[in-house]
Amino acid sequence: MADISSNFLGIKSPNPFWLASAPPTDKAYNVERAFEAGWGGVVWKTLGEEGPPVVNVNGPRYGAIWGADRRLLGLNNIELITDRDLYVNLREIKEVKKKWPDRAMIVSIMVPCEEAAWKAILPLVEETGADGIELNFGCPHGMSERGMGSSVGQVPEYIEMVARWCKANTRMPVIVKLTPNITDIRYPARAAQSGGADAVSLINTISSITSVNLDSFSPEPSIDGKGSHGGYCGPAVKPIALNMVAEIARDPETNNLPISGIGGVTTWRDAAEFLALGAGNVQVCTAAMTYGFKIVEEMITGLGNWMDEQGHKTLDDVIGRAVPNVTDWQYLNLNYVSKAKINQDSCIKCGRCHIACEDTSHQAITSMIDGYRKFEIIEEECVGCNLCVNVCPVENCITMEQLPAGSMDKRTGESVSKVYANWTQHPNNPSSVS
Amino acid sequence: MNCNKLKDGVKSNRLSSTEYQENFSDIHPPLDNHEALVEADRCYFCHDAPCMTACPTSIDIPMFIRQIATGNKLGSAKTIFDQNILGGMCARVCPTETLCEEACVREVAEGKPVKIGLLQRHATDEAMAAQAQFYERSKTTGKKIAIVGAGPAGLACAHRLSMHGHEATIYDAAEKPGGLNEYGIATYKTVGNFAQTEVDYITEIGGIELKHGKRLGKDMTLDDLKSQYDAIFLAMGLTDVNELSIQGSDINGSEDAVDFISNLRQSDNFSEINIGRKVVVIGGGMTAIDAAIQAKLLGAEDVTICYRRGAEHMNASQYEQELATAKGVIIRHWLQPKTIHSKNGKLSSIEFEYTQSKDGKLTPTGETMAIITDQIFVAIGQRLAMSDFGKSEKIIKFEKGRIAVDSEFKTSIDGVWAGGDCIADGEDLTVSAVAHGRDAAESINRTIQS
Ligand SMILES: Cc1cc2nc3c(=O)[nH]c(=O)nc-3n(C[C@H](O)[C@H](O)[C@H](O)COP(=O)(O)OP(=O)(O)OC[C@H]3O[C@@H](n4cnc5c(N)ncnc54)[C@H](O)[C@@H]3O)c2cc1C
Ligand SMILES: Cc1cc2nc3c(=O)[nH]c(=O)nc-3n(C[C@H](O)[C@H](O)[C@H](O)COP(=O)(O)O)c2cc1C
Ligand code: SF4
Ligand code: SF4
Ligand code: SF4
Repeated sequence: MADISSNFLGIKSPNPFWLASAPPTDKAYNVERAFEAGWGGVVWKTLGEEGPPVVNVNGPRYGAIWGADRRLLGLNNIELITDRDLYVNLREIKEVKKKWPDRAMIVSIMVPCEEAAWKAILPLVEETGADGIELNFGCPHGMSERGMGSSVGQVPEYIEMVARWCKANTRMPVIVKLTPNITDIRYPARAAQSGGADAVSLINTISSITSVNLDSFSPEPSIDGKGSHGGYCGPAVKPIALNMVAEIARDPETNNLPISGIGGVTTWRDAAEFLALGAGNVQVCTAAMTYGFKIVEEMITGLGNWMDEQGHKTLDDVIGRAVPNVTDWQYLNLNYVSKAKINQDSCIKCGRCHIACEDTSHQAITSMIDGYRKFEIIEEECVGCNLCVNVCPVENCITMEQLPAGSMDKRTGESVSKVYANWTQHPNNPSSVS
Repeated sequence: MNCNKLKDGVKSNRLSSTEYQENFSDIHPPLDNHEALVEADRCYFCHDAPCMTACPTSIDIPMFIRQIATGNKLGSAKTIFDQNILGGMCARVCPTETLCEEACVREVAEGKPVKIGLLQRHATDEAMAAQAQFYERSKTTGKKIAIVGAGPAGLACAHRLSMHGHEATIYDAAEKPGGLNEYGIATYKTVGNFAQTEVDYITEIGGIELKHGKRLGKDMTLDDLKSQYDAIFLAMGLTDVNELSIQGSDINGSEDAVDFISNLRQSDNFSEINIGRKVVVIGGGMTAIDAAIQAKLLGAEDVTICYRRGAEHMNASQYEQELATAKGVIIRHWLQPKTIHSKNGKLSSIEFEYTQSKDGKLTPTGETMAIITDQIFVAIGQRLAMSDFGKSEKIIKFEKGRIAVDSEFKTSIDGVWAGGDCIADGEDLTVSAVAHGRDAAESINRTIQS
C-alpha cells in the first residue's frame, strides 16, 4: 500500500488532505469531527485581532450555480473571518491540537497591515502549539474594504512586508494564502518568497456574482433586495486554480517554493492533479461543505489505490511530476498532427459533433452518407481541434489520432514531419529564430 | 366487505371504493418540477433529431425540452402547440415507445429514452393550467367550413382553420366533443375529465362552433353541407364495429369492447359497472388490450385475451402487451373463436380452435380448447359506417374500406377533405389524426383563399 503521509514544511500529517480555512474549521466541534472522519489537517478559520469580533450578515451568505440534478458546481460566499471571540478560538485550537497531535493544525490570521498588530497576535497563536500560520491575503469581500485580505494580496510589496514581519516575530512556518483576483499570480508568489515565507497556498475565492434574481433584479445571494460580490469556489474554479499553481511551480524564481493547492478539490483525482502540478498538499472547503467530512475516505483510498496501480510509493513520487510538461504556447510542436476519428460502433447518432463542427468550426463531419444518417470525419477538412470530442455525449466515441510521421495530412496535402518544430522556428513568425 | 369480489356472473361492486380509485388513477403520474429538470437535462439536443422525425406531428422536441430545462415552460408549450394543438392529450396517449421515444438516441444507446411524453405533459399542463393562449385569429375571411366529427382530427383542423380567420362548424353525432379522446382512450391515461378541458382550451380561440347530436347520413347529407359551406372536412373516425358471427354469438353476455369502454369512460362511479368474474377478450389491438386491462381493474378475477395470430402480429405494441400482463391479464395466441356455449340460458364458455400460419396464411388446425367465461368482449376491429355517406357513397372513392385521399387530404369529391381514422392511410393513432387535421386545414386554407 502506498504511503500517503505528508510532510509539508516539516509539518506532518497522515495524509495530504487538509481542510481550508472556512466554516468547516471555525470551531473545535467541527474540527474534531473532521479529525474523527480522517482529515490530515486543518487551517483554522481566519482569526482577526483582539477586540469585538467581526459581524456577519444575518441573511443568506451563499449563492451557487448548479449542474444537472442540482449538482453543486460553484459556490459563492460573502462570509467574513471568524465572528467568534479571539480567546475562545485560541483556547479551542490549543485543546484540539493537544488531543490530536498527529494532525496538522495551521492557524489562519488576518490583522491590519501594521507590524504592531502582527506582533500582538503571533505569540498568542504560537502559545497554542499550532504547527504553522497562514496569512489570509485572499478574502475578496468585507475585509478587503478595511485594508485587509485581498487588498493586501493584490499589492506584492505589502505581501513581502507582512511576510517579513511574521518571519521576524515567530518561529512557526509561514504560509501566505494568495488571492486569484490579480492579473499575474507569479508576482505575489515572488513577493511572498522574498519576504521569507515558507510556502504559498492558493487559491482563495474569486470575486463573483453567481446570479441575478430576475423578479427582484437583486444579485444573489440577496440581502434585503441588495447583493454584493462574493468569493467563488468549488468545482468550477479548479481549472483556474490548477493553472495558477502550475505558473508558480514552473516559474524559475519560485520553483522551489512549497505550494499548498486549493480550489475545487472534490475527489482524489482533483487532489492528484494538484500534486502533479507541484502542490505539496491540498486544502478543501466546498466539497466538505457540500457533502460533509466523510468524503475524505474516498480521497484517501482513491489516492492510495491510484498510487499503488501506478507504482508510486510516496507522495514525493507524484508531486511536481506534471510540471515539466507545462510549457508556453510557442514551444508546442507544430508538427504534431492529429485527426478526429469516430468509432461507428459506439456512435449513437445524436449529430452534435456534426452541428458543432458545421456551424462553428471546420465543416469536417458529415451528417448523411448515401442517404443514411451517418457521422464521419472528413479528413481533408479536420484540423484536429478536439471540439467534437468535447461535445460528444459518449465517452471515447470520438478519439484524436496522431498521424504518424511520414503519412499524408489530407488537409494540407503534406507529409507529416517527424521533426519537432515550434512557432519560434516557424517561417510565418517575423521573429523566427531558425 | 367486497361481497361481490369472487361472485360468478356479471356483477357490479366487485371492489372497495379505494381499490377503484387506485386502479383508475393516472397510470403515468406527472413529473414534478425537479424530475422534469433532471429528465430534460438528459436530452442531448440532437441535430436533425430522430425523435422529431418519428413524431407524426413533427414537434421540435429538442427545442421544447431545452425550454423546460431553462425554466421557460410556456415557451416550451408553445413549441409543442405550434405543431400539435392536442399536445396535451398526445402526451398522455401516444404509444411513445413506438414513436418518438423509440427513435431517441438514448433508447438506441442505453435502452432508456428521454421521457419525451412526460416532459411534453409537463409543459402543456403548465400552459393549460395557466390558461395561456398562444394564438390569435387572423382577420376573419368570411369563409365557412363544415367539419364532421369532433375527434382529434376535427379539432386540430378547426383550430388551424380558425387561426387562418375562417369559421369552422363541427358536427358530431355524440353528446360530447372529443371523439375517442372522450369515449375510447383508456380511463387511466386521461384522468380528471382532461378530454373536455382540452376541447375548451382549443376552442377558446374562437371561430369554432360545436354542434352535438348531429349525425351525417341521418340529420344531414354531404350535399346539404356542400351547399352551405366553402369546404368540408370529414373526420368521423370508424364508428361501425366488426361483429363476431360464430355459433352462439347471439347469447347474452358477449358485448362489443368499444361500447364497454365508452360506458366506462362516461361513468362517474366505477362500482356501478357490471363486470364478469371470468372475462374473455377477443382481438389483438389496442382496444382489446384496453378492454382487458380495464376489465381487470374493475375486479374481474381472470381476464384472457385470445388472439388468432402470434404476439408479433398484434397491433398492440410490445409495451401495451407487457402492461396488460403486468396487470394480470393473460394473453393467448393462435386461437380463433369457434362456438359460444350457454348453460341454463347463461353464457358459460367459449370454444376456440387452434390456428397456425401456413405459407403465410392463417389456417385452423382442427384442435380445440374451451375457456369458462361469464363475459366476452369483442374487439376485432372498427370500420367506416357506410350509411354516413348516403347517395354520395357512389361518387366518393374508397380504398381498403376507408376514404381515399391524396397527399393533401383531398377526397375524390371537390371541396371535400378527410383525415384521421376514416381515411385509407389512417394509422389509428390520436397523434396521426391531429397531423391530418392540421395539414388538411392548411390545404383547405390554400384552396379557398386562392
Ligand atoms: C379503445 C381505443 C383506445 C385507443 N387508445 C389509443 C391510445 O392510447 N393512443 C392513441 O394514439 N390512439 C388510441 N386509439 C386510437 C385513437 O383514439 C384514434 O386514432 C383517434 O381518436 C382518431 O381520431 P379521429 O378524429 O379520426 O376520430 P374519432 O376520435 O373516432 O372521432 C370521430 C368523431 O366523429 C363523430 N362521428 C362519427 N360519425 C359521425 C357522423 N356520421 N356524423 C357526425 N359525427 C360523427 C364521432 O362521434 C366522434 O366524435 C384508441 C382507439 C380506441 C378505439
Ligand atoms: C463560506 C466560506 C468562508 C471562507 N472563509 C475563509 C476565511 O476565513 N479565510 C480564508 O483564508 N479563506 C476562506 N475561504 C476560502 C476557502 O478557504 C478556499 O480558499 C476556497 O473556498 C477555495 O477552495 P474550495 O474550492 O475547496 O472551496 C472561505 C470559503 C468559503 C466558502
Ligand atoms: S444550512 Fe443550516 S444554517 Fe444555513 S440556512 Fe440552512 S439550516 Fe440555516
Ligand atoms: S457526437 Fe458522438 S455520438 Fe453524437 S453523432 Fe457525433 S460521434 Fe456520434
Ligand atoms: S433523440 Fe432523444 S436525446 Fe436526441 S433530441 Fe430527441 S429526445 Fe433529445
